Amino acid sequence: MKANVHVTLKNGVLDPQGKAIHHALERLGFSGVNNVRVGRLIELDLDDNVSDQEIEDMCRKLLANMVIESFRIEKVA
Amino acid sequence: MKAAVLVFPGSNCDRDLAVAIEKICGNKPVMVWHQESELPDDLDLIAVPGGFSYGDYLRSGAMAARSAVMPAVIKQAERGVPVLGICNGFQILTEAGLLPGALMRNAGLSFICRNVGLEIQNTTSPFTRLYKKNQKIHLPVAHHDGNYTADEATLDQLENEDRVALRYTENVNGSARNIAGVLNKKGNVLGLMPHPERMIEDAHGGKDGYNMFASLMQVMA
Repeated sequence: MKANVHVTLKNGVLDPQGKAIHHALERLGFSGVNNVRVGRLIELDLDDNVSDQEIEDMCRKLLANMVIESFRIEKVA
Repeated sequence: MKAAVLVFPGSNCDRDLAVAIEKICGNKPVMVWHQESELPDDLDLIAVPGGFSYGDYLRSGAMAARSAVMPAVIKQAERGVPVLGICNGFQILTEAGLLPGALMRNAGLSFICRNVGLEIQNTTSPFTRLYKKNQKIHLPVAHHDGNYTADEATLDQLENEDRVALRYTENVNGSARNIAGVLNKKGNVLGLMPHPERMIEDAHGGKDGYNMFASLMQVMA
């Protein structure tokens, strides 16, 4: 079983990297970009018996910093 | 004074910190490797050094905060043993949940390595009692992720409870309310981004960091 964990900054947390990328895109002539937020994708290859609850615990305990980040678990086949 | 300095793979201020502790507090600290699961139980100080533990993988301090030695550190912190986290040590203590908030990438995205102006806010903690309220000092910073972030309610609580230990006198890295160091509720855990251990003798260009260690000595006396 595979699961993709998407870790993103919570709304309201300033993202200096996203801002810099936004400016760079504008410099390259892409004018239609309203906002850029940078996150992280973590691909987990899991035993089939790992429960959803366990994946969520992994996210809460390590993969995301719940002070500034939120996560979304996407199960892939 | 009996002190322990934690050492993680990628720590690089552990020896400077040990020198400062020995010089000011009189005894050589025990160096404790991150894989130890126990700490001596009569410690007067646990120091978490700066560096790039685990190569800053995942997030700065994230891996170190989950290493074998940390449950023992948390246990002793809860018992009231002073814990001092400097730079990466600060990041580790927030990741471990011993201190509130998080340290994000510097607002200007650059690594900052220079002396910065600071103002002492709290003068009651075991780390800061030899400083004067609003005293201006200078200490070096050297970090990429020093942008202190917490929600507004937490920031208000920190201010109301006198837990902002020191502030930058200028906007160095985008930190909320220019916070450079915070204390836990009990006041026995301090995390700060600047390096007091690099400012303890004239050859360093100043001694503004000296009193952080001398304060701990006074507490014990």
